[in-house]
Amino acid sequence: MRLQYPPNVRIIEVPCTGKVDVMHLLMAFEYGADGVIVVGCMEGDCHYSVGNLYAKKRVNRVKEILDKVGIGGDRVAMYNLSSGMGGRFAEIVKEITNKVLELGPSPIKGAAGQATRPIAEATT
Amino acid sequence: MIKAVPKPLEEVLGLVKDFNKVLIAGCDGCVTVCEAGGLKEAKVLASALRLYFTQAGRQAQVDETSVTRQCEKEYLAQLSENMDTYDAVVSLACGVGVQYLAEVYNNKIVYPGVDTCFMGVNEERGVYSERCQACGRCILAETGGVCPIARCSKRMLNGPCGGSDKGKCEISKDVPCGWELIYERLKTLGQLDRFEKPVDPKDWTTSRDGGPRKIVREDLRI
Repeated sequence: MRLQYPPNVRIIEVPCTGKVDVMHLLMAFEYGADGVIVVGCMEGDCHYSVGNLYAKKRVNRVKEILDKVGIGGDRVAMYNLSSGMGGRFAEIVKEITNKVLELGPSPIKGAAGQATRPIAEATT
Repeated sequence: MIKAVPKPLEEVLGLVKDFNKVLIAGCDGCVTVCEAGGLKEAKVLASALRLYFTQAGRQAQVDETSVTRQCEKEYLAQLSENMDTYDAVVSLACGVGVQYLAEVYNNKIVYPGVDTCFMGVNEERGVYSERCQACGRCILAETGGVCPIARCSKRMLNGPCGGSDKGKCEISKDVPCGWELIYERLKTLGQLDRFEKPVDPKDWTTSRDGGPRKIVREDLRI
């Protein structure tokens, strides 16, 4: 389709959004991500029945956490698309990129402090 | 199993915000099953605290770990190597584990990271309900396997009371009447004659009425 979307997006593929854990999203912010979106299948169309519904709840939990720790829950969002909606995907990436640009860099990037992560990385 | 819920994040933040080195100690026992305080929850809380400290401009260290059970000294001893390096510990174990951790490391500030609720069952993922109040003298044999102490709001021994309405308790239409459950179960078992014999008053000295409880099993002691 050769659709254009902003190049400052890093795509991480997972077999199902049900694999995306709260910890994965928080780690992205710990490593300095300005925003994260989770893009799953349409609700009701999950190959594993409810993976995208689990993801939706986890994204909402991360929103709450980010609000409470001063990062802002607006920086994370969930979208539901089918594999035939490439055009909409490009639009969403543009939308979220513009939104994050409006919000500015993550407070983690510009922060003077640094709370260290343990050496053994969390991967669950 | 013991059921607990995570404390609100803002409450934990309030407890540890003035420390620089914090350990989040999970427990792989009961609180892992109800997803309140296992290693995964420890990782999430530690990550949230690191984000908070970093954006607040603080140089802090927040580590996470978990032990098999915080209610046993042998497992708590596994934390001893690095314990001196932390200013405070947030234990995600139940109240038992929090207290035992504080007892074993008695010079360390230990905070609870969960609210311990009750002993109950997993009705489904995320839905837990109370089944036992550890009264110390089990009467389930007489009540068809349904506990009137845990399931009746008044802990009545000879129910139901006048507050039972269409199988629900007067405290809430969502709470089944414990004695209705007992009646239905005894009817299924063909033991309704149980209702013809009033139960004698219960000896509550084995419950909390007798003060803090302790079990000493000489047959098990070494």
